Amino acid sequence: MQVVDLAETKLRALNARLHSLSANTNETVWRVENPDGQHALAVGLDAPITVEIAGHAGYYCASMNMQATVIVEGNAGVGVAENMMSGMVHVKGDASQSAGATAHGGLLVIDGSASARCGISMKGVDIVVKGSIGPMSAFMAQAGNLVVLGDAGDALGDSIYEARLYVRGEVKSLGADCVEKEMRDEHRVELRKLLDAAGLGETVQVDAFRRYGSARSLYNFHVDNAAAY
Amino acid sequence: MDSTNIPRTLPRFSATFDPHTLSEIRRAAATGIYDIRGGGAKRALPHFDDLLFLGASISRYPLEGYREKCATDVWLGGRHASKPIHLKIPITIAGMSFGSLSAQAKEALGRGATIAGTSTTTGDGGMTAEERGQSQILVYQYLPSRYGMNPDDLRKADAIEIVVGQGAKPGGGGMLLGQKISDRVAEMRTLPKGIDQRSACRHPDWTGPDDLEIKIEALRETTDWEKPIYVKIGATRPYYDVALAVKSGADVVVLDGMQGGTAATQDVFIEHVGIPILAAIGPAVKALQDLGMHRKVQLIVSGGIRSGADVAKALALGADVVSIGTAALVALGDNDPALEAEYNAIGATAGAYDDWHEGRDPAGITTQDPALTARLDPVAAGRRLANYLAVLTLEAQTIARACGKSHLHNLEPEDLVALTIEAAAMAGVPLAGTDWIPGKTKF
Repeated sequence: MQVVDLAETKLRALNARLHSLSANTNETVWRVENPDGQHALAVGLDAPITVEIAGHAGYYCASMNMQATVIVEGNAGVGVAENMMSGMVHVKGDASQSAGATAHGGLLVIDGSASARCGISMKGVDIVVKGSIGPMSAFMAQAGNLVVLGDAGDALGDSIYEARLYVRGEVKSLGADCVEKEMRDEHRVELRKLLDAAGLGETVQVDAFRRYGSARSLYNFHVDNAAAY
Repeated sequence: MDSTNIPRTLPRFSATFDPHTLSEIRRAAATGIYDIRGGGAKRALPHFDDLLFLGASISRYPLEGYREKCATDVWLGGRHASKPIHLKIPITIAGMSFGSLSAQAKEALGRGATIAGTSTTTGDGGMTAEERGQSQILVYQYLPSRYGMNPDDLRKADAIEIVVGQGAKPGGGGMLLGQKISDRVAEMRTLPKGIDQRSACRHPDWTGPDDLEIKIEALRETTDWEKPIYVKIGATRPYYDVALAVKSGADVVVLDGMQGGTAATQDVFIEHVGIPILAAIGPAVKALQDLGMHRKVQLIVSGGIRSGADVAKALALGADVVSIGTAALVALGDNDPALEAEYNAIGATAGAYDDWHEGRDPAGITTQDPALTARLDPVAAGRRLANYLAVLTLEAQTIARACGKSHLHNLEPEDLVALTIEAAAMAGVPLAGTDWIPGKTKF
């Protein structure tokens, strides 16, 4: 295991070392000590490595991740796993606003809760939140899956496109053009896979969830829908 | 008197309710939806035409037109980037998306810019292989929608431009209507085919200058501090916005006036929000000077640049670079009178065609229809753009030499006077024949 102590090493040097790793590197496990909530930790990775962050992370941790597994052993600031393309980001604490924003792929698991705008503009990522999510989550969500074991705040899925939302708890309100949809077998299979990938196993039953998605009534502008905007 | 012989006054159109206004009221009443169009503000605005250069005379001497050097190059991004950009001319191609433009048009912009030794810019829809392949220097836009945002493309880019706003619609997001969402465009944007796509107007993961500073740092960390980071703003409150962009760590500020074009936006937005570029450069330059960052953080201005005179005037007011969008499209072949019959067939006329959102452009530029896009030869169109850029440069050099300048950047506000009080006040230069700068000196 490679250990980098950010009390001694600058963030820029850490990221540069991680960026220099090739796809067949032997240095596959990295531990970052004393992160102290610094921003931009482990951003722009593109190698099949695991990075353990031993504490809290600031803004944009694991932003634009490709291939790598990044584990935050604390809370994560705004925009964790923002624009992730592939790989996995696991936050063991809570996440701030815009978790998984615009992410195109990969898996984001948050053991705690996520604040407002979780999954905003998501473009293919899978997000599993074991706690609850804040208001305006999945705003303009384009593709991917957002799974929430707890509750969702106001205006869930406002102006949503083709993303799928699964919520086990209460949804305070749905946003414009977001509706509850039938949970069919294909969705149960998909949800089971996501829960398994997040390490939840059979302790969490898929039938306890309700599915939400786009009514697709705002896809093409019509003046009679103007009040919905 | 025979009542039939009484002279009659001519029918008189209202200046307030003019024929265009009446036609818009009728269109609105018939459809119930605002008018959407492409391009920038079409109304008459105070502009560079209202400024004149004071050529050399007894107090200043000129340079020989064809013998003495007048340099044109510029470096961008040296504030923080380890790989700043060097342009041979201070004229760049503004961000325009694949989606709004055809792949052929994007390729042509790259070809033309590369011949001229300058950069081109992606748009709201990601980077295409055609434009990366044909653009020696390519600026990658980082927009609120993040359509097609890909770290591999980010690493391929020569600079990153964080788009906060644009002059045609400061405070608004992009639009791309269903007619132009082809399979390829839909895939690049991760959207269903054929929907009316409205881009976000705010970034999804930051708000305000403090967040922007952290976002810029994250982009630098992602790309190992190599690439210049631009921040693009629509001209509204240029003094404060430029100051905040600099405070947030921008290497370059891009300032777009209301004449700057858009692919598709509400006409009411284009014509009534934002300020002309003439009024925006002065406050932007003052912000840079007040922070001690003029020429350290470069200022790119755009919005209605048409000629080498416009280039020279923008630089004289303190900009480092200008960028062109609408003029570049015209150079490619947009609105060509040779296509008049085809423009007529879609209810338009060459020179006034702005329904770019409908995707029926007979020139093959603002469309995704394969039969139309195939009409644009990217090599020939790129050559036309390169020729046009050469003319802009030669014209600007002609003026600069006449003012005795050995580099375009040596042009200065003292070389300018204004023809109107409005232009004098906005540009901060004296009214011609006086030493009066309204708002600064007494008449």
